Amino acid sequence: MIPASTDVLVIGGGNAAMCAAIAAREAGADVIVLEHAGKAMRGGNTRHTRNLRAMHDGPVHTLAEVYSEEEYWQDLLKVTEGQTNEPLARLMIRESANLLDWLHERGVRFQPALSGTLNLERTNAFFLGGGKTLLNAQYLHAERIGVKVFYDSEVTGLAIDESGFREAAVNCTGGLQTIRAKAVVVASGGFQANEEWMKEAWGEAANNFIIRGTPFNRGTILRNLMEQSAVTVGDPTQCHAVAIDARAPKYDAGIVSRLDCVCFSIVVNRDAQRFYDEGEDFWPKRYAIWGRLVAQQPGQIAYAIIDAKVVDKFMPSIFPKISAESIADLAREINVPEEALAATVSSFNDAIVSGHYDTEILDDCRTEGIGPPKSHWALGIDTPPFYAYPMRPGITFTYLGLEVDDEARVTFGNGRLVRNVFAAGEVMAGNILGKGYCAGTGMTIGVVFGRIAGENAAREALQ
Amino acid sequence: MEEEIQRSSLGEAERTMTICNACRYCEGLCATFQAMTLRRAFAETDLDYLANLCHNCTACYHGCQYAPPHYFDLNVPRTLASLRIDTYQRYAWPGFMARLFERNGLVVSIAIAVSLALIIVLLFAYQDPAVLFSQHTGPGAFYAVIAHYVMISVAGATFGFSVLAVVISCLRFWNSTKPGSKSKLSIGAWARALRNTATLKYLGGELGEGCSTEDERWSNRRRYFHQFTMWGFILCFASTCVATIYHYGFDIAAPYSLFSLPVLLGSVGGVGLLVGPAGQLWLKTRSDPRPANVSQYGMDYAFLASLFLISLTGMLLLALRETAAMGILLAIHLGFVLAFFVTLPYSKFVHAVYRFAALLRFGAEMRR
Repeated sequence: MIPASTDVLVIGGGNAAMCAAIAAREAGADVIVLEHAGKAMRGGNTRHTRNLRAMHDGPVHTLAEVYSEEEYWQDLLKVTEGQTNEPLARLMIRESANLLDWLHERGVRFQPALSGTLNLERTNAFFLGGGKTLLNAQYLHAERIGVKVFYDSEVTGLAIDESGFREAAVNCTGGLQTIRAKAVVVASGGFQANEEWMKEAWGEAANNFIIRGTPFNRGTILRNLMEQSAVTVGDPTQCHAVAIDARAPKYDAGIVSRLDCVCFSIVVNRDAQRFYDEGEDFWPKRYAIWGRLVAQQPGQIAYAIIDAKVVDKFMPSIFPKISAESIADLAREINVPEEALAATVSSFNDAIVSGHYDTEILDDCRTEGIGPPKSHWALGIDTPPFYAYPMRPGITFTYLGLEVDDEARVTFGNGRLVRNVFAAGEVMAGNILGKGYCAGTGMTIGVVFGRIAGENAAREALQ
Repeated sequence: MEEEIQRSSLGEAERTMTICNACRYCEGLCATFQAMTLRRAFAETDLDYLANLCHNCTACYHGCQYAPPHYFDLNVPRTLASLRIDTYQRYAWPGFMARLFERNGLVVSIAIAVSLALIIVLLFAYQDPAVLFSQHTGPGAFYAVIAHYVMISVAGATFGFSVLAVVISCLRFWNSTKPGSKSKLSIGAWARALRNTATLKYLGGELGEGCSTEDERWSNRRRYFHQFTMWGFILCFASTCVATIYHYGFDIAAPYSLFSLPVLLGSVGGVGLLVGPAGQLWLKTRSDPRPANVSQYGMDYAFLASLFLISLTGMLLLALRETAAMGILLAIHLGFVLAFFVTLPYSKFVHAVYRFAALLRFGAEMRR
């Protein structure tokens, strides 16, 4: 049975929630964490993460050289194309300078970036053992200092009146319950696992989206607060979406469902038509746009087609490749029109300007006279057997979120002044990331605003 | 049927490593994942190698985003442990003895019972009870109870066969790990392998802060107890070797004085073999069963218990060797020792040999 009241109530069980809970507890508050998932699947999308981005003025922990506030800011500005709140972003960047120490003191360990990590060793600190090991350390520390964690506990609504947040309704193993608290930290993630909400934003196309992370991020409290005049940032159609193997399970496949073959392939939709330059840039710089590209195709499906020449040049999918001895057979295997695929392949092959093939650089193997072009690494699809990988949009998280101030306090409209509702993590990441993504920033937002929210919630509660 | 089980264990290992290699979040945890990242696909022999490189620390299970109840249902430690037992069988020499790895706890228990019974029955049949139950002191005291040539011929034959069987099995394993690896066996490779073995590095995690045993907390307890066992065994073995040199090289017969090298080595090693196996047994009863290959617990328990009992009877023999109890204690001690060496190539002992071979291959592959 969950206690009927506490000082600080934390909703969610991921990185931001645990940082908030730890910070609030260390500030002297009684803290209850309510996690919708059970213990084995706790931690929301944090389970699928592996690093965070931190500025540093010199080598620190596993991070080499210098990554200055200004460089971080410029990186953020570039990916968001200005859709960011500069004071909050700079606050996050400055606070990121000491978060490695803060986490390390609480049991989190880092490792040098090893293989296949998109060359992030200067800017990003990798959690030893990944996100779930990070969570294990955070939960162990939180419980050691007296944070009370309850699993299988879904918060369904917050009661807010003139004096602010009063109590939360919880659907837990003991049934329905209300918990009073002096302050609340909302760290319950985005709404990407809420199919109805995704359909409101995307229409029927959302049926074909695969959710890369936790099925528990349903946006229940985000919507509940929106209905109580909380101010939001971002657009409901903005999300981090990558192209993943279409055979991945509907939820929670995380990193292993990715496909690394696009640069080596031509990608066609279900009508066997190409729709974007597969060789525009190196894959690590392009993988995050392909989710949206596939989402815009009929049926939200696409197929990367390769031949025997390149099949060993990339990390294979965890799912078997679909193979055939001829393009016509392959078309039948993947159920796209035979003649159309043959025509697409032959016009692509005919358009290739031969050059020196080199996957380490932006080489000069490209097409001429077709649209869309393939700007680099264009080789003929001519050597059987031929292979296909099906692709679908894989949604990492949504950007629509709660507007917060520099104390992580949620802003309410209609002139309402609510002092004791705070937000941290994905549910407010849209303040910083209005668009695009900068690897590791989500976790930085979680730690920085988790701490700020926890400290301020404790101060509010202990007044 | 047997073949089917082996194939399914390999199949599950291949499925698991394919998913792991697409994730790689664990690559900072241990050698197994670092060796994995050198490969794009996993042949049978690669999997055999990775399975024996795994020290079963279970940190990867507790840190796995795909562990059950996840749809992918990954259980790396259990999968590799289960394949490891398969490799003990597949590389075992002579092949028909491989079946002894099935119900290995029972096999070892019967071996102990039979050898104890055999020695005691033979003693009562052939030795004068007056000799057996009287006090013997001075050089050659043990041989008054059991003749030296009997002891040496039985020990020589069983130990000789066991060493041969272990060496052949290990070479078969070693050669099978070659094709998947572009490595060269340098002095550095040996040095890395010896260091990683001596420090049991991969029971301590990459940072030396320990591994998971009871739950997701890290602890070095298992590593420390295993150190007691490993060094205890090595010292006891060294004691026997020194004693052999004393006997044949310098014509000095056992028992040796309390401060002689064989007794000192044996006593320190004996303490290791009491503390280590007892601690490991205790930890095993407390360990999380989810990542464990519980069906091999019989083998593990039998091995640890027999090391403990060899040491216990050896220490009792040392303490009471000048009393009339010496004869019967010697018989009991030798009964445990005989059973241990008879079953050596078909017991948990082989993990040490395969693990070292895998660490040597790893040392050659990683060159750092």
